[in-house]
Amino acid sequence: MNSLFPSIVSRSQSSGLMNFFVPIISIVLTLITGSIIFVLLGFDPVYALYTFFISPISSTYGISELFVKATPLALIAIGLSYCFKNNIYNIGAEGQLTMGAIFGGGIGILFHDTNAFWLLPLMIFTGAIGGALWGLIPAILKTKFNTNEILTSLMLVYVALFILDYLVVGPWKDPFGYSFPKSRPFSESGRMPLLFDGLRVHFGLIITLFLIFVSWFIFSKTIFGFQLKVSGYSPKAARYAGFNQTTLVFFAFAICGAFAGIAGLAEVSGPIGLLYRDISPNYGFTAIIVAFLGRLHPIGIIFASLVIALTYLGAEDAQLFLQIPSAVGFIFQGLVLFYLLGAEILINYKLTYKKLL
Amino acid sequence: MNLDLILGILQIVLIATTPLVFAGIGELVTEKSGVLNLGVEGMMLVGAVSAFIILVITGSYFLAFFVSILSGIIMSGLFAFLVLFLMSNQIATGLALTIFGIGLSSMLGKQYIGTPIDGLSPWFFVIFSFLIVFLVSYFFYKTKAGLILRAVGESHNSAHALGYSVIKIRFLSIIFGGSMCALAGSYISICYAPMWQEGMTAGRGWIALALVVFATWKPERVLIGAYIFGGVTILQMNLQALGLRFPGQFFSMAPYVATIIVLVLISSNKLRIKLSAPASLTIPFYKGR
Repeated sequence: MNSLFPSIVSRSQSSGLMNFFVPIISIVLTLITGSIIFVLLGFDPVYALYTFFISPISSTYGISELFVKATPLALIAIGLSYCFKNNIYNIGAEGQLTMGAIFGGGIGILFHDTNAFWLLPLMIFTGAIGGALWGLIPAILKTKFNTNEILTSLMLVYVALFILDYLVVGPWKDPFGYSFPKSRPFSESGRMPLLFDGLRVHFGLIITLFLIFVSWFIFSKTIFGFQLKVSGYSPKAARYAGFNQTTLVFFAFAICGAFAGIAGLAEVSGPIGLLYRDISPNYGFTAIIVAFLGRLHPIGIIFASLVIALTYLGAEDAQLFLQIPSAVGFIFQGLVLFYLLGAEILINYKLTYKKLL
Repeated sequence: MNLDLILGILQIVLIATTPLVFAGIGELVTEKSGVLNLGVEGMMLVGAVSAFIILVITGSYFLAFFVSILSGIIMSGLFAFLVLFLMSNQIATGLALTIFGIGLSSMLGKQYIGTPIDGLSPWFFVIFSFLIVFLVSYFFYKTKAGLILRAVGESHNSAHALGYSVIKIRFLSIIFGGSMCALAGSYISICYAPMWQEGMTAGRGWIALALVVFATWKPERVLIGAYIFGGVTILQMNLQALGLRFPGQFFSMAPYVATIIVLVLISSNKLRIKLSAPASLTIPFYKGR
């Protein structure tokens, strides 16, 4: 006879199979919980789930919008995985995104009447610099002053948002903007080229895919990627092997900041075309979920970014057609992360039924 | 400057700082047991909205606070289940709790934005916030149960070997933290504001987390830190009201910059942080078989 309740037993080796299945399990459980929530709100769950997850991507325009939303999420998430792989908890990507938009967008405003091929590359470059500099602040504070990066990187998000707010209502305000809090529009050559006529999906997607490929190469084929992974698994082993932890922290923060900065610049020079207050619907925070759901793996992050992008679109449609507040998207995002973290136990532990007799 | 003005400012500082004390002391107890819960902001928001909704529906202040604290227990119970029984990563789980709480509170509160209520006088809670800090301090340093809780936070394996239930003690500490955060939230939506608005805790949950580090995990210092912080916040508001010619955004970012500076000053002494922080903080406990 077996005992009624399973007991948790440590696996001698992490289960690769479970590593693959855990994200899928968490998505399925989220859908089940989602339907229960919809029933409780008095909706037909099939219709509600259809409105949330299928109808937003049942047109070419919808699929293009999915990629528009997935682009910044995937780019920030792959940047975050440089930090998370090394157990550095940078949760301030939203601030690094904002700083990237300010730096790159500043160039766009400075050259608002210039049309030249070098403008967009220069904006992307300065955007990356802006994000990287903002990311280096918590890195310096962590390595020089032993300050916890979780809190400092987060506080810097608020600081960056207030700086952007100051700029768009103050010195960078559009002189012809009827005192709306927004900047001048960038010139045509300061905009991300569209990939298809009439759709909003833009060149940022290509940049994102390229940087994901580069990151895959770095993670799996270079000493630097190996060092990141080792210091994450066992800081002691890394110290013994002589890896310089300070350098790793600096690089991880700088790369993550640069990627988030490019994502921010791609937003303002892509779909938006100018600077204003609300350039990001929390992409920097949501990308944390994408990074975990994608198991910090480049391919996983691509799929995860599409899934999470769908919660944004679904939430908009749910508000439009079901009059459910769009905040329900955050609930889904929180749920998927809960289930994912809970199900992670299956990777390193297994459930067994003890024999009683 | 006359006495009335000084007293007036003092009153405002007391009223504005109280939620920070509640959330800070709650998180301190959780961290003392060796668990870091980054979900403070989310639990405060859900606490705030549930108190507000219950007050609008029933008109009973008692029920409002009761249900709010219940919501804190449920939210932190969810967190506790994940980090204690499923041994999930505490940092990521806390973030998930905050994201979930932001979503849940704005969804539940959508139809209550702008609903007027009669605010409750804050003074009972202001006094209670001082009392709870001294109670927690007494508990930690003068009672056996407090000693056990601190032992669990320092070395869960030793505490386990002595026969104490690490999981049970941590569970209770997390629940206490959750109820205090919910109380802080309901104080904001019923006494301090009094109204409901999306994301109305405005980052106070994160400030509370910083306060625990500032306090080097000592209860009375949470009080000191909270009042320094509350004082600075009120001061910047007053300077702004006096019409200093300086962009308002720079005043608004002052509390966050101040938090960073304070954190740097406190933690730059590596030894002090190492000696003060609970040694098992964020490390999951696995009993093994």
